[in-house]
Amino acid sequence: MKIVVASGKGGTGKSTVAANLAYSLIELQSVTLVDCDVEVPNLHLFFNPEPAIKEVFTIIPKIDSDLCTLCGDCGRFCRYGALTVLKDRVLVFEKMCHACGGCMIVCPEKAISECNYAVGRVEDSNPLPGLRLISGFLKEGEVLAPRVIKDAKAAAEGDGLIIIDSSPGIACPVIEAMDEADFCILVTESTPFGLHDLDLAVGVTKSLGLKAGIIINRSDGSDEDVRNYCRKMDLPVLLTIPFSREIASVQNRGDLISEKLPGWKEQFAGVYKECLELCGVDE
Amino acid sequence: MKICVTSKGAGADSAVEQRFGRSPFFVFVDSESGESKAVENPLVNESGGVGPRAVQLISGEGADVIITGQLGGNATAALQASGMKVFAYSGTGTVSEAVAQYKEGGLRQLI
Amino acid sequence: MKRLAVISGKGGTGKTMVTAALAEIIEKDLALADCDVEASNLELLHPGELISKEDFYGLDISVIDQDVCIHCGECLENCRFDAVEEKDGIYSIRALHCEGCGVCEYVCPADAVSMKPRLSGEIYCSGTGRGPLAHARLTPGSGNSGLLVNEVKKRAARWSNMCDLLLIDGPPGIGCPLISTVSGVDAVLVVTEPSNSGLSDLTRVVEVCRGFRLRIFVAVNRYDLEESVFHRIEDFCSSEDLSLVGKIPFDPAVLDAVRRNIPVTKTDCPAADAVRELWLNLSKELEL
Repeated sequence: MKIVVASGKGGTGKSTVAANLAYSLIELQSVTLVDCDVEVPNLHLFFNPEPAIKEVFTIIPKIDSDLCTLCGDCGRFCRYGALTVLKDRVLVFEKMCHACGGCMIVCPEKAISECNYAVGRVEDSNPLPGLRLISGFLKEGEVLAPRVIKDAKAAAEGDGLIIIDSSPGIACPVIEAMDEADFCILVTESTPFGLHDLDLAVGVTKSLGLKAGIIINRSDGSDEDVRNYCRKMDLPVLLTIPFSREIASVQNRGDLISEKLPGWKEQFAGVYKECLELCGVDE
Repeated sequence: MKICVTSKGAGADSAVEQRFGRSPFFVFVDSESGESKAVENPLVNESGGVGPRAVQLISGEGADVIITGQLGGNATAALQASGMKVFAYSGTGTVSEAVAQYKEGGLRQLI
Repeated sequence: MKRLAVISGKGGTGKTMVTAALAEIIEKDLALADCDVEASNLELLHPGELISKEDFYGLDISVIDQDVCIHCGECLENCRFDAVEEKDGIYSIRALHCEGCGVCEYVCPADAVSMKPRLSGEIYCSGTGRGPLAHARLTPGSGNSGLLVNEVKKRAARWSNMCDLLLIDGPPGIGCPLISTVSGVDAVLVVTEPSNSGLSDLTRVVEVCRGFRLRIFVAVNRYDLEESVFHRIEDFCSSEDLSLVGKIPFDPAVLDAVRRNIPVTKTDCPAADAVRELWLNLSKELEL
C-alpha cells in the first residue's frame, strides 16, 4: 500500500499529516515514511534520526577531447542547451542536462561517455521501532528534484506500507512522487488560496487516475466552500484539523500531535482505515 | 573581422533584435568589405536552452564580435568561454547603424 | 527598475500575503509578477483586467505515427524516461513522462516518431489597480515550471522603463522554479515562520541565494506563535549577516482579509502595521 500526501498550495500541513499518520500506525504495523519534498524536506525534524547516507547521482556527458573532432552534432542535438561546441572545445552545462543520452548516440566519433554528477542524497534510518524514514535532499543550487525523488522511492520499494510526503505544486516533482501510488491524501486549508490550489492538485490526481481524499487543516470552522467543493467533486473529507495555538505550538516545536495531544493517534489511524476502504483493500 | 548582430529581419537594414537566443535572424557583417549574410535562427520557437545553442551556431559561423540586447546567464557563460567579444545595443536602429556605432567605439562591452 | 522577489523555501509562510500587502502600500510605480506558476494566487488579492493571454509551449513531446511504426522497439530501448510503453506490440508515448529529448525520433529507423509542440500553460498580463501584473497558469502535471517562470519574468521586464520596482511573488522550494525566479533580481525577501521546518528551509533557500549576486532580507510571519524558534531565527540571521527587516504577529485579521480577497493592509490591524514597518526598513535598504 502506497499513500502519497500532497497539496497544490505549500504549507498546508502535508508533512504534519504524513508524520502523524505514520506515527499513529507503528504500534500496529511497520511503516516506511518517504520524504519526497526534496527541495525542503522536513520529516527528519520530527524524528531526530541517525541516518545512513547515500548520494544521488545523475549522469552527464564527458567528452574525450582526443576523439572529439568538434563537429558540433551533440550541441545541435541537445534540446536542453547542455552542450555548446566552440572552435576549440566543448562546454558542458551540467545543470541543464536531463541525462537523455542523446549526445552519446549522435556522436559519430564515439567521443562521449557518461560520468556521475551528484545532485543530492538519500538518508535512511529507523528512528523508532516499526518506523523507517527515508528522506531525499536536493543539493542546494541543483534542479533535478525528480531524480532525488526517484532514488528515495526506490529505497522504499518492497516495504509494506509506504507513506510518501510530496512537494507542493503541480509540476514534475509532484508527478514523480505520485507515480504508482495507490491513494492520495490532499491537504488543504479553508481559504480562497487553499481552495484554488486544491482544485489544481485534484486536476493532477485526476490526470493520473489516482484516488484521492481530503484533509482540511487549520480549520477555524468556516469550511463551507471547501466542503461544497469536495461534495461537488465527490471527494471524501477524511479529517478536519482545527486551528488552535496549542496544536500550532506542538508542531512549531517539531513535535507530533498524535504523540503529545490525546485523541489524535486514533483519528489518524481512522484516516488510514478509510484510505484502505476507499481503495477496496481489506485489512 | 566578422560581426554578428541579432536582427528582426534578414538584412543589414533590418532592426536590431534585443533578444539573443531567440533572435529571429543573425546577420553577419564583414567589417572590411561591408558584405553581409543573414542566417535564420532555428531556435526561435524552442522552449529552453537556447542561449548556449545560439552561441555554438554563431561561433560556427566564425564571428569575432556579437552585438545584441540582453544576455541570459547560460549564454553569458558560453560566450565567456568562446573568445568572442559581445557589445550591447539598446537602440531601435538597424543592423548597419549598430555596426557603425560599434566601429566608432560607441557601444558598451558586455563580454 | 529594481527587482525584488518574495520567496520562502517552506510553502505557506505568507509570501503572497506579504507581496499583496507591499503592492498595496508602496508609493512607487510598480510592476508585478507572480512567479508561483504552479499555485498562482496574487491575482486573487489584486484582481485585474486581462490585457493579453498567450499560450505557453514547454518542451516538445514525441508522437508515434502508428501507420508508419514498424514495431521494432528502438524508441523504448533508448528512452531514459520510461516514456515509451508497449502493449500488444503497439508502442505509444506516456505524455507525463516524456521530457522531449528527441532521442526516440533520432533512433527510429522508420521515421515514425516526430517531436510536436506541447501546450503547457497560459501566460497572462493584467492591469491591476497597483500596476501591470504578469502571471501564468501551468498545465497540471507539466514539467516546465522553470521555463514558464522565465517567460513571466520576461513579460514583466517589458515594463521596466515605466516602473521603479518589479515586485515578484515567488514559488516555494529551492529547485527549478525558485532558481528561475531569483536569477537576475537585485534582492530577495525571504518570508519564514517560527517553526523547526521554517528555520531549516530558510537555511536551505539562503544557501541557494548565496550563489547569485543579490541581497537577502528576512521577515518572520506569525513570529509570536513560537518565540523560542523566533529567537533561533534571529540568531541565524545575525550569524549569516542577514538583515531581519520585519516581524509580523499572528493576527486573525490576515485570514479574514484573504477570505475577503483583499490585501491585509486594507484593514486596520497589527499585521498591517507590521508590514508597513517592514517596508519602511526594506525601502531604506533598497534606497527606494
